Amino acid sequence: MKIEDKKRVLREMVLHRRFEERCYQAYIERKIGGFLHLYPGQEACCNGVMEAARPGHDYVITGYRDHVHAIKCGADPKAVMAELYGKETGSSKGRGGSMHIFDGDKRFMGGYALVGGPFPLAAGIAKAIQLKGGDEIAICFLGDAANNQGVFHETLNMAALWKLPVLFVCENNLYGIGTSIERSTAVVHQHKRVAAYNIPADECDGQDIEIVYEAARKAVDHVRSGNGPYFLELMTYRYRGHSMSDSRGYRSREEEELWKQRDPIFILRDRLIKDGAMTMADFEALEKETDAYIENEVIKFAEESPEPRVEDLEKYVFADRATQLPWLTGKAA
Amino acid sequence: MANIMYWEAIQRAHDEEMARDPLVICMGEDIGVAGGTYKATKGLYEKYGPLRVMDTPISEGGFTGLGIGASFLGVRPVIEIMSVNFAWLAMDQMFNSAAKVRYMSGGQLTAPCVFRSAGGAAHQLGAQHSARMEKVFMGIAGLRVVTPSNPKQAYGLLKSAIRCDDPVFINEHELMYNMKGEVPDGEYFHPLEGSEIARSGTDVTLFGYNISVHWCLKAAEILDKQYGISAEVVDLYSLSPLDRAGIKTSVSKTHRAVIAEEDEAPVGVGSEVIAIINEECFFELDAAPVRVHSALVPQPYNHTLEKAAIPDHEDVVKAVLKLFGKA
Repeated sequence: MKIEDKKRVLREMVLHRRFEERCYQAYIERKIGGFLHLYPGQEACCNGVMEAARPGHDYVITGYRDHVHAIKCGADPKAVMAELYGKETGSSKGRGGSMHIFDGDKRFMGGYALVGGPFPLAAGIAKAIQLKGGDEIAICFLGDAANNQGVFHETLNMAALWKLPVLFVCENNLYGIGTSIERSTAVVHQHKRVAAYNIPADECDGQDIEIVYEAARKAVDHVRSGNGPYFLELMTYRYRGHSMSDSRGYRSREEEELWKQRDPIFILRDRLIKDGAMTMADFEALEKETDAYIENEVIKFAEESPEPRVEDLEKYVFADRATQLPWLTGKAA
Repeated sequence: MANIMYWEAIQRAHDEEMARDPLVICMGEDIGVAGGTYKATKGLYEKYGPLRVMDTPISEGGFTGLGIGASFLGVRPVIEIMSVNFAWLAMDQMFNSAAKVRYMSGGQLTAPCVFRSAGGAAHQLGAQHSARMEKVFMGIAGLRVVTPSNPKQAYGLLKSAIRCDDPVFINEHELMYNMKGEVPDGEYFHPLEGSEIARSGTDVTLFGYNISVHWCLKAAEILDKQYGISAEVVDLYSLSPLDRAGIKTSVSKTHRAVIAEEDEAPVGVGSEVIAIINEECFFELDAAPVRVHSALVPQPYNHTLEKAAIPDHEDVVKAVLKLFGKA
């Protein structure tokens, strides 16, 4: 990665980290409801892959831990926060919530809350790309635990069979909710499970963005060149619990500390400092600047935005009726 | 008007829509090279090729989800689920992805896909190949459910379902694919909403849909000839949404109602129609509405037991006679 790109991505990763930490605070203050799944610790995964891909051009789909993926694709952090606040200005107009962030214009095809559900949807998006003949690819980000669903295998089979342009990114954070991978999964290294479908697969460190980026470049090139699907496993860790109701009793504080020694933001920061591209003071200023942006713009926007109107409760269940009348009434022109 | 079979009507709708729009595709088990278990996609593979007529692996959840994902980008897949019993495996994707994506994305994404599936008890197919599941689908927000009772509807409903931007589930019946009927020669779009009067009458309304419309028509004939009772038959080809206005109009005219369904009674089409009658026109009733339905048993294999589990036109006649105090 070029120095300028590394500096830009560091800024983005700091935003992603501070955004999520601010969500935590807002949740405690009961400004955010429902379930909230946070991303700190895993930032190099989404950022490394999307640096190798084309955000806003390639189609991205993921599970419920989706805020950062949406922002990386180009969604406005203000709209994402407003969504968490349940506001009309939210990315899904307050109808989705944390687990269902969408940005159709940026080709962020959503967060879905059934574990494994996005696998076949991603393959379908790739099928549509194949039919239309574009150079886009579909990228499906999911956790390791999703691979224990039946549709994982069904989808790998179809994606390989039909050579669909889809990249499966497995963010292996070692836990499915509160059960460790050793206790839930017969084969711990997920890329090995993919070999059965003749899909090329790779595993790498998910904490060092430059390693992720290099592995993702190879993966993206493979898929974009029309060679069919690819599976990339990134070894990573989430600092927070699965969601906000999780007190992390299933793992030790020592294990958490070990992973925090390899924090993705600090790895990149320290490398930039070592290369003389920035100083610690620059980084601290960046954090402050980011916090100020989140507070003065993102939170302010979410706080001040209007709620959806109760009269619009049933809006968006079906397509706008006026546009569908020929088929609903049979009176086609 | 051509007199063609139900499967031919479905095949024609596929063919016309695929010829018109290169983004209309169809997918399912054995639908391509083999031409479809019920021939509903016969000849399409040869005409449109494997990219658009996709023989899928036996992975209902997977290929249904794949079709839904493609529909997010404007592809219009017609997804055949060979037997509605297998749709259980696809329901997560149908309900959680297709039916909800428009709402949970605040209107940004939509899933314009069509699910077709054969339900119903055929001949001794046993517990896992005889289900009627329309009642499961009709309770899902964001999903339209239609069920054709004749070739004209089978053709016109599929045409409309493919054009509509909402996901549509089309409930077909294993015993009806060879039924013949008149289909317009020109292009025809059957409304996805509403109901139609299959036979006009004044003394009682018989509500049916799909195969039970035929029980009702046969029963109306017997009631007229043998008992002097004039029955109106209302075809509820749209199960979601149900035609509240149509139900009200007919019951307000006849003041009596029988609902015939191949489903089991609990949480069925009949329960819902009676609830609508209560809400819309309770004081028009001269007698309590009656349901005709299957026994609440897993479908038995034995022929005699199977026949005992499933209603037919005679059960509809009996229900009407009971309603008139003649049984």
